[in-house]
Amino acid sequence: MPADTTPSLGSSSPDRTAASRGRSTASPGPSTIAVHAGEARQKFADSITDPIICASTYTFTNTQSIIDFIEQEQPREEYGRYGNPGEKVVERKLAALEGGEMAVLYSSGMAAIVGLLMAKLNQGDEIVFFDECYHRSREFCLKHLSRFGVVTHQVRTGDYDAMEAAIGPKTRMLVSESPTNPHLSCIDLERFADIGKRRNVETLIDATLATPYNLRPLEHGIDYVLHSATKYLGGHNDLLAGVIIGSKEKLDAVMKLRGILGAINSPHNIYLLERGLKTFELRMDRHNANGLAVAEFLASHPAVEKVYYPGLSDHPYHEVARATMRGYGGLVTFLVKDADWRQTANVVDGTEIFRIAPSLGGVESLIEQPLVMSYYKQTPEDRKRFGIPDNMIRLACGIENSEDLIADLDRALEAAR
Amino acid sequence: MKFRTRAIHVGSEPDPLTGAVVPPIHFASTFVQKGAGEWGAYDYSRSGNPTRRNFETTLADLEGASFEQGGGALAFASGMAAIHCVTMLLSAGDEIVAGSDIYGGAYRLLHKICNRSGIAVKLVDTTDPAKLEAALTDRTKLVWLESPGNPLLSITDLAACAEIAHARGALVGTDSTFATPVLTRPLELGLDIVMHSSTKYLGGHSDVLGGALVVKQKELFDRLYFVQNATGAVQGPMECFLLSRGLKTLELRVREHCRIAQEIAEFLAVHPRVTKVNYPGLPRHPGHEVARRQMDGGFGAMISFEADGDLARTKRLVASTKLFALAVSLGAVESLIEQPATMSHASYDPADRKKHGISDSLVRLSVGLEDVDDLKEDLDQALRSA
Repeated sequence: MPADTTPSLGSSSPDRTAASRGRSTASPGPSTIAVHAGEARQKFADSITDPIICASTYTFTNTQSIIDFIEQEQPREEYGRYGNPGEKVVERKLAALEGGEMAVLYSSGMAAIVGLLMAKLNQGDEIVFFDECYHRSREFCLKHLSRFGVVTHQVRTGDYDAMEAAIGPKTRMLVSESPTNPHLSCIDLERFADIGKRRNVETLIDATLATPYNLRPLEHGIDYVLHSATKYLGGHNDLLAGVIIGSKEKLDAVMKLRGILGAINSPHNIYLLERGLKTFELRMDRHNANGLAVAEFLASHPAVEKVYYPGLSDHPYHEVARATMRGYGGLVTFLVKDADWRQTANVVDGTEIFRIAPSLGGVESLIEQPLVMSYYKQTPEDRKRFGIPDNMIRLACGIENSEDLIADLDRALEAAR
Repeated sequence: MKFRTRAIHVGSEPDPLTGAVVPPIHFASTFVQKGAGEWGAYDYSRSGNPTRRNFETTLADLEGASFEQGGGALAFASGMAAIHCVTMLLSAGDEIVAGSDIYGGAYRLLHKICNRSGIAVKLVDTTDPAKLEAALTDRTKLVWLESPGNPLLSITDLAACAEIAHARGALVGTDSTFATPVLTRPLELGLDIVMHSSTKYLGGHSDVLGGALVVKQKELFDRLYFVQNATGAVQGPMECFLLSRGLKTLELRVREHCRIAQEIAEFLAVHPRVTKVNYPGLPRHPGHEVARRQMDGGFGAMISFEADGDLARTKRLVASTKLFALAVSLGAVESLIEQPATMSHASYDPADRKKHGISDSLVRLSVGLEDVDDLKEDLDQALRSA
């Protein structure tokens, strides 16, 4: 991308407090960033949208142009695995939304975390995790990173003293989700970042469930933000993608390693992601509203034992969430009262609008029972340790009409009683 | 189920083979049959395609029609292909009476293509149903409306005009592109045919060309389907997929478009450089009362206005915005600006432009989904610098 077409929209540190409606016009609003940031104002063939460039390779005019490219480190394309023009647009757009300098896009959320950890860790290094996390992230660290001599420590989510105590001279990274999946625990990001800074350890927050609309971890001093862009960022349940956002200084090596390992995204997917981002603010507003409405409904329902949603005032992390989040997203977890696993499954099976599927963050509402969907092969002891009771249901509220969603859940809960 | 829920779920059944929550894109041009003369649901993609049918099913439902009841929607390669299909229902000697505030491409089709088939065309100001009534003859077979109109945002009372047309035995259709089914559902108002340039709000992202017709009556649907299948201007599967994807956020987008446009129209109405604003959401717009009745909770996101200036100055104005891009088309996330006299309505004869009030200093806005403060700031600097 020639420098003169690099857009100025979406500075690296948009004023978050001004980003709500009624803000001053000093920096563009989140909608304006979502629609325009990262894109050249004038595009190839004067097209209003970015073209999908499927090329696996890029041509040079002559030998000298290759030599110039190498010697001058020219910012141009070379080969598809090292980058794609459409990918760079989306990376700039995501960085602008997150208020970060640089984004590195991957073929999936797992490819993103693997890409970062592979770039940052060496044999003998250690990482410390808060234990409520996506089970595949945990599995990668415990079963695979361990084979390369990396040691993973897990401490109880929210126990900052235990996290600090687990840090040793070889500890390189502190990792947590916020909010966590499926318990929706929220991390005190300043405290988390402060531990990292004091002990000279980098920090990573998987903010997939929050998105940059609701939470901006970099502004709280976190080093890296991870998203499964499959979820709210893509938003339509029709693509897979992952992204790491942070400073250029820290991510240059990560980008280089991606070019070697090759977990890049495809040009078609990237276009759908860019298209999805155009309605990002609109969708998130609706996900937030539906999540809260559904959580409040469930909290007052006699067949519900407990609701996990940070927007509810009795959620243990409500105060932390309120201080840092604009909204609380579409994920709602709850326990069915006096129900065994089968009776709980009946509630899942009884919904008509909610579709039974893993994943979240798309326009369609999804429902799942974590016991069956993600923890089926785990021992009861492990499920207990990870806080996954048999009567737990996880909802990913889409952007349908909230009254329809509530009526659907009400019917399913009544029918299963 | 409510509109938004139907927009997401109707016509979007998970794939029965794989469970995929988003139906697959069927690129097949042809479909394998069980035996000679034993036709399955699909045979050849011009005659029908599962991805196209999904989009048509959703759109039909949102407009209040359904395939189960004999009606349905038909997806075309462009909005013009959709209107052309309607005009092909007519024969030499028939007459079309159309509104005078219509898209320039529709004007061109009626005056420069249909006329060659011996079909007469008359334009009338349909904002006054009495004028429509006076224009109808026994030869009138089709009344073609557009509300809000393009580019003057005139409002036509669709129900009143349908009653008048039906009394004379004419079919009545409307280009509902500016309204979308979120705001207006013409079939519920008694019209026979709803047409959309799905390029606009239905797709919503400036990346699909398409047109659609929606009808309730089986006999009419069958005739339109016959023309579509026989002439072949069908929509491709990739576009249908992107349209289905667009429909899922249609209500969210249109409501937000309306909210922003209302604020911008109010801003322009008091701007010292602006002499006239056409927006049905402004109380002094002559069609405001009809629009309030006919449009559900919003007035669309198209605005036209006149600034104090001549053709040259207006040209400078439309080229000096930084967020609004200078381009024809409308209905997408990106805000666009244009000068109808030289762009969207250049295909009108100059005399007809003058007659129907499309002045050289008219500017048309398609308000996108950016932050409203950013858009107002952009217009303000453009108006002041031009």
